[in-house]
Amino acid sequence: MQKFTTLTGIAAPMPLINVDTDMIIPKQFLKTIKRSGLGANLFDEMRFDDDGKEIPGFVLNQPAYREAEILVAGDNFGCGSSREHAPWALLDFGIRCVIAPSFADIFYNNCFKNGILPIALPQDVVDVLMKDAEKGANARISVDLDAQTVTTSDGEVATFELDSFKKHCLLNGLDDIGLTMEKAASIDAFEAQAQAARPWA
Amino acid sequence: MSPKTLYDKIWDDHVAHEADDGTCLLYIDRHLVHEVTSPQAFEGLRMTGRKVRAPEKTIAVPDHNVPTTPGRDDPKNMTEDSAIQVAALDKNARDFGIHYYPVSDVRQGIVHIVGPEQGWTLPGTTVVCGDSHTATHGAFGALAHGIGTSEVEHVLATQTLIQKKSKNMKVEITGKLRPGVTAKDITLSVIGETGTAGGTGYVIEYCGEAIRDLSMEGRMTVCNMAIEGGARAGLIAPDEKTFDYVKGRPHAPKGAAWEAALTYWKTLFTDEGAHFDKVLTIKGEDIAPVVTWGTSPEDVLPITATVPAPGDFEGGKVEAVQRSLDYMGLTPGTPLSEIEIDTVFIGSCTNGRIEDLRAAAEILKGKKIAVKRAMVVPGSGLVRAQAEEEGLADIFKEAGFEWRLAGCSMCLAMNPDQLAPQERCAATSNRNFEGRQGRGGRTHLVSPGMAAAAAITGRLTDVREVM
Repeated sequence: MQKFTTLTGIAAPMPLINVDTDMIIPKQFLKTIKRSGLGANLFDEMRFDDDGKEIPGFVLNQPAYREAEILVAGDNFGCGSSREHAPWALLDFGIRCVIAPSFADIFYNNCFKNGILPIALPQDVVDVLMKDAEKGANARISVDLDAQTVTTSDGEVATFELDSFKKHCLLNGLDDIGLTMEKAASIDAFEAQAQAARPWA
Repeated sequence: MSPKTLYDKIWDDHVAHEADDGTCLLYIDRHLVHEVTSPQAFEGLRMTGRKVRAPEKTIAVPDHNVPTTPGRDDPKNMTEDSAIQVAALDKNARDFGIHYYPVSDVRQGIVHIVGPEQGWTLPGTTVVCGDSHTATHGAFGALAHGIGTSEVEHVLATQTLIQKKSKNMKVEITGKLRPGVTAKDITLSVIGETGTAGGTGYVIEYCGEAIRDLSMEGRMTVCNMAIEGGARAGLIAPDEKTFDYVKGRPHAPKGAAWEAALTYWKTLFTDEGAHFDKVLTIKGEDIAPVVTWGTSPEDVLPITATVPAPGDFEGGKVEAVQRSLDYMGLTPGTPLSEIEIDTVFIGSCTNGRIEDLRAAAEILKGKKIAVKRAMVVPGSGLVRAQAEEEGLADIFKEAGFEWRLAGCSMCLAMNPDQLAPQERCAATSNRNFEGRQGRGGRTHLVSPGMAAAAAITGRLTDVREVM
């Protein structure tokens, strides 16, 4: 997994609440057997019309935001399905950071498995970042994972919280499975004990 | 020892390792697998030369992509990418030696219906699957939730999940349900109260007289939609109904093992005085037959209500409601019971079991549909066979419903069963997001009885009028 340390990029504003996983990547695109290539269909139904032509009004179709690396959105981002295709699509498009007042649980966790940093900030702070993002290509937002800060194009700094283990893995691009394998003895011990206590399970 | 909730008890019995910061490795007893969220996980194992650690605890079945029409065994009858995914699961199941119910097996069906049916789901177990409706299995007092594909790979390789403990939430449904009101109405009403984020960060325990009164299938319906309220998992403490359901199923413990299991299962309840971080209480008598009108599962109203207006809401929801009304083609003030329906879909992991089909058949007996199309998709081959034996299939067919083979079908447009743009559907499934059932498709979530009622009148209808 690619590590995430700092990011300075264009932020696309998406002032919608409850952006769900079907919006992020509609189910017909879940048929891939790969993790890559889904960027082409990110927000498909909002981005393209029935004939497959770009809808000009949609934020990621606008010239200023076609290279966006950050997304600023509303409450409960990523609600709905457990599909990891949602962060895969974001990543493949080029978005490595999503900022919102709140995230749905499974989506939030899935981001960390893919080198994407989801940042939860209070609504009033997100409002400031949304306005900044609306400035378009002139406005670049900076994110520093180690310092846990987000800096606006005007230099205003906001700090964010996140779980220290998740932060550590993201900063260092650590592979979850490799880390867990280091604790194999604990798993063996648990299995032996559980097998004795609850053999039917 | 301080009093524990049911969630606390199951959690504590499954922590294989705990780090200083509270991050745990949770041992997984049952790993259910389907064809959409697993290919990349198995590929990851191959690339790193890893095996499945506990193939005997890993159970797979294809359900999302499979057509529900005869001849579906033949890959030529699937779209190419669907066929590729199903073929990948066939191969992965063989190569890694896990339990598998292929399309040709009568026991095949929707993964969350097959798990309990085959006795894989047991009280007090941890159950995961790359699918958010894994919450269904919580009906057995199992800790069950959805995971992403990277986590699927992690569980395959290590039989554990990296998890931090959630908070405890209690949802109590007191009293009794009125006639015509079902488990589906309970679960939708709860989400209507909490919103789609009300349960985020929590595991919900459903309790109360109205929950106890539900059958196991009703309890599965309630837990199925815990995720739609934001909660990863929903739990109902096991009782005699649970034990009776599980007893004798193919993979349920037997003999001495059964007695031992029973002794343990009887300890699976929340202790007196245990702490819940959040509590919601709803009176069973206050719950009406409901429908969703918008594009979020929280957009719930009794069938007797009218389409709301954006001004009825606050904050970000105002714009969201306008967007929903535009997408759904609805005008504020329209009585919900006047909304005309094109299509009716009865099925899904929420309401695709035998009792759901019985409820629908009860309404449809001797009637004919007034909608353009209607289909019943049983949740598994065994449910299908039982429905045929009970004469339900005949009732559906005589009414004009298509009687299909088992699969996820029209719940989500990954197989041929899809809505056309602006086609309006009364569905017994669990999500009404934009495009869920097909691009531009309009979904109204309802109970099986309500779906049947809509089928015969051609509009969203109060099931109590046709009972």
